Amino acid sequence: MEKFNSKIPDGPLARKWTKYKASVKLVSPANKKKLEIIVIGSGVAGAGAASALGELGYNVKIFCYNDSPRRAHSVASQGGVNAAKNYQNDGDSVYRLFLDMIKGGDFRSREGNVYRAAEVSNQVIDHFTALGVPFARDYGGTLNTRSFGGVQVSRTFYAKGQTGQQCLLGTYAALNRQIKKGTVTMYPRREMLDLVLIDGKARGIIARNLITGKIEKYAAHVVVLATGGYGTIYYLSTLAVNSNGSAAWKAHKKGALFANPSFVQIHPTSIPQLNEFQSKLTLMSESLRNDGRIWVPKTKGDKRPANEIPEEERDYYLERRYPAFGNLVPRDIASRAAKERCDAGYGVGKTGLAVNLDFMDAIKKQGKKAIENKYGNLFDMYKTITGMDPYEEPMRIYPAGHYTMGGLWVDYELMTTIQGLYAIGEANFSDHGANRLGASSLMQIAADGFFILPNTISNYLADEIHVPKISTDKPEFEEAEKSVVEKLNKLISIKGKQTAASFHKRLGKIMWDYCGMIRNKEGLEKAITLVNELKEEFWRDLNIPGTIYELNPELEKAGRVADFFDLAILLITDALNRNESCGAHFREEYQTPDGEAMRNDAEFAYVAAWEYKGEGKPHILHKEELKFEEVEMKVRSYK
Amino acid sequence: MKLTLKIWRQKNAEAKGAFVTYKMDNVSPEMSFLEMLDALNKKLVEEDKDPVAFDHDCREGICGSCGMYINGHPHGPVPAVTTCHLSMRYFNDGDTIRVEPWRAKPFPVIKDLIVDRSALDKIQTAGGFISVNTGAAPDANSILVKKKDSDDAFDSGICIGCGACVAACKNASAMLFVSAKISQFALLPQGRVEAKERVRAMVDKMDVLGFGNCSNTGACEAECPKQIKLTNIARMNREYYKAF
Repeated sequence: MEKFNSKIPDGPLARKWTKYKASVKLVSPANKKKLEIIVIGSGVAGAGAASALGELGYNVKIFCYNDSPRRAHSVASQGGVNAAKNYQNDGDSVYRLFLDMIKGGDFRSREGNVYRAAEVSNQVIDHFTALGVPFARDYGGTLNTRSFGGVQVSRTFYAKGQTGQQCLLGTYAALNRQIKKGTVTMYPRREMLDLVLIDGKARGIIARNLITGKIEKYAAHVVVLATGGYGTIYYLSTLAVNSNGSAAWKAHKKGALFANPSFVQIHPTSIPQLNEFQSKLTLMSESLRNDGRIWVPKTKGDKRPANEIPEEERDYYLERRYPAFGNLVPRDIASRAAKERCDAGYGVGKTGLAVNLDFMDAIKKQGKKAIENKYGNLFDMYKTITGMDPYEEPMRIYPAGHYTMGGLWVDYELMTTIQGLYAIGEANFSDHGANRLGASSLMQIAADGFFILPNTISNYLADEIHVPKISTDKPEFEEAEKSVVEKLNKLISIKGKQTAASFHKRLGKIMWDYCGMIRNKEGLEKAITLVNELKEEFWRDLNIPGTIYELNPELEKAGRVADFFDLAILLITDALNRNESCGAHFREEYQTPDGEAMRNDAEFAYVAAWEYKGEGKPHILHKEELKFEEVEMKVRSYK
Repeated sequence: MKLTLKIWRQKNAEAKGAFVTYKMDNVSPEMSFLEMLDALNKKLVEEDKDPVAFDHDCREGICGSCGMYINGHPHGPVPAVTTCHLSMRYFNDGDTIRVEPWRAKPFPVIKDLIVDRSALDKIQTAGGFISVNTGAAPDANSILVKKKDSDDAFDSGICIGCGACVAACKNASAMLFVSAKISQFALLPQGRVEAKERVRAMVDKMDVLGFGNCSNTGACEAECPKQIKLTNIARMNREYYKAF
């Protein structure tokens, strides 16, 4: 079926990308100057793509909702970037990184894409280093690495607990260089509110200027979405509070298929919720699990301070259940294990919804200074938020919504099912299957933005060189603008009583309770009813003060929450359809006697790509069968 | 806790602003300062009143979006935290808290507590980069960097671009901000190649945009939520003299 040409090149896995690059259509330098590209989102993927495309000579416009591209949420990635450099001589290779990712993703990703991500990872490290990213180094001046969950090698390059910040700022610098050269124009404080199609091809966007409220039209030969994930659907998550799924959702409504929406990663180590007004959950990097040991008391409801509980009365449950990987099991497994202990009544802290992450052993063995060097900023952050000192007592942590493996369906070239619309970074579904391994997000977003898209985009643009500059005067732009204004008017004229955030919070609770770490049929069906009821109430009782044509954060929030109601239904539908447990998607009905996920490869070894059929109509499922030619599908075991 | 807030309200850049007083009941000490403002805004929206506008995003102290003057200090009275991480446990029942936007000529007010900090981006665009094209980089380990230099570059590189240093400075100087980037790159071999052009371009831009000069009072360092050191400014000055 045409919808599903994933365009994976033929030939041996290790030669696919090289072969692709050697045979892809190119655009001459003179023609690049005539072509225009719109990039939405200024994180590592978006700003990376914009800078690389600008270097190539294309005309790029890049948009973000923040006041500066440097605020994009890539900034908050903490732990590191994976790469198959094998600087440690510990048996790492591109092939091993590929295997780890395929297994970590529980055999629900494409071999070809994953191998390419692993292959490009080394270039990512080289490029970031050249851009001045101050990665951790050894005394001899070479780069240092550390270990992350789900792997047995040390391949994670890092800059303390602020790797994402340093990588984003390096990317921002590359972007600034192109802005200075005039190849890239930056449009901050703009929110994309619709995608414009002309003759079935993506040709531009409608954006709202968030300062003036003015509705603006922008045209280009192609549009690239680098808008991140939709994890804020849970309201409380580790994401920036303004992160949202709206740009991807608008594209979906215009025809881009949405793949595996229910694959959402719940991160095991976040600071637990402390108060009722809490607006976000702060992540504590997975790297902490290198030295921190996770435990709960062996006795139910033991409320003694952690330091007073003797060694023999502690249950290091990850070390007990998964001796081979111990505290470094993948995120999905660590999260469910924490939930299991807390639900069984062994949780710690006031709410009982927390487990200990203890550094006392590591401090004893390595000294406080060594621990401070590795995690100093994380420890400080923890203390600032909670008032507790992790050098003196264990951290308390609990899982939180974090990363969405699902996203817009893309082919090998990162193009969606809409011609000329690309999705890169977390916004696509490509490389992580049903579960993402730590430190492979920075790797993938940088690979997509800097290295993959700039190579694949010419294959499409080579046929566009005859298309003159697209005008925003075309009727398609006017229609899209009109429909955007209508929607905004509809929202602002409800004039009810409740805030957008209060609806968002209630939606998040439904999703967390019924479509979070553990799901079952009954709960999911109930969630559909609850979401629909809440959506109805939203459209009846929302209040937004002020007008469209001014700075109006309540209007921005309301638009995003309105889209989340629809995305929530799709997420639940996908979770209901997938009658198996795989990676982060855990259906209670499908588990082994000892509580591990039970995959069903015979029936579900496919990418579920959903087609939008109109407001209130059921989505149509398309299946992209996953073929494993290189690796054998095995039960994922970390025991 | 019960609190009295005196918040600067200003419709837009042209409008005349004023302090408006709000009473808050039931503030929990576990809230962050922004969550306390969320609670205020919830109340205002439910009464169909204009909520207080402020910039914010990651709410974990790293994106640099948030920032306001709280009781006379950028990001409030607690050292080394951003506004989003400022816990209400540092305030007492019955306190009156004064909240204002960053005040600096190059940062015009957009609305209420939101100011336009695009001047900071313009300085970075002038030269805050290393000129290397994608794909042109050598193997990462072929560039050896002393651990000390790399660590120092990191300590300069962690600036979040919030603008607190400018707001704290009586001269509205951006020298701490600019010197952090110049230092980061000056300390690394990758950045040495264009060191002269970089420092001249960034310093010139800073002057053109109307930021003031440094008179060594050190308010910027004292108020920086990321504890960027004043020694960066000394290094920038050295780099600047060397650049001619």
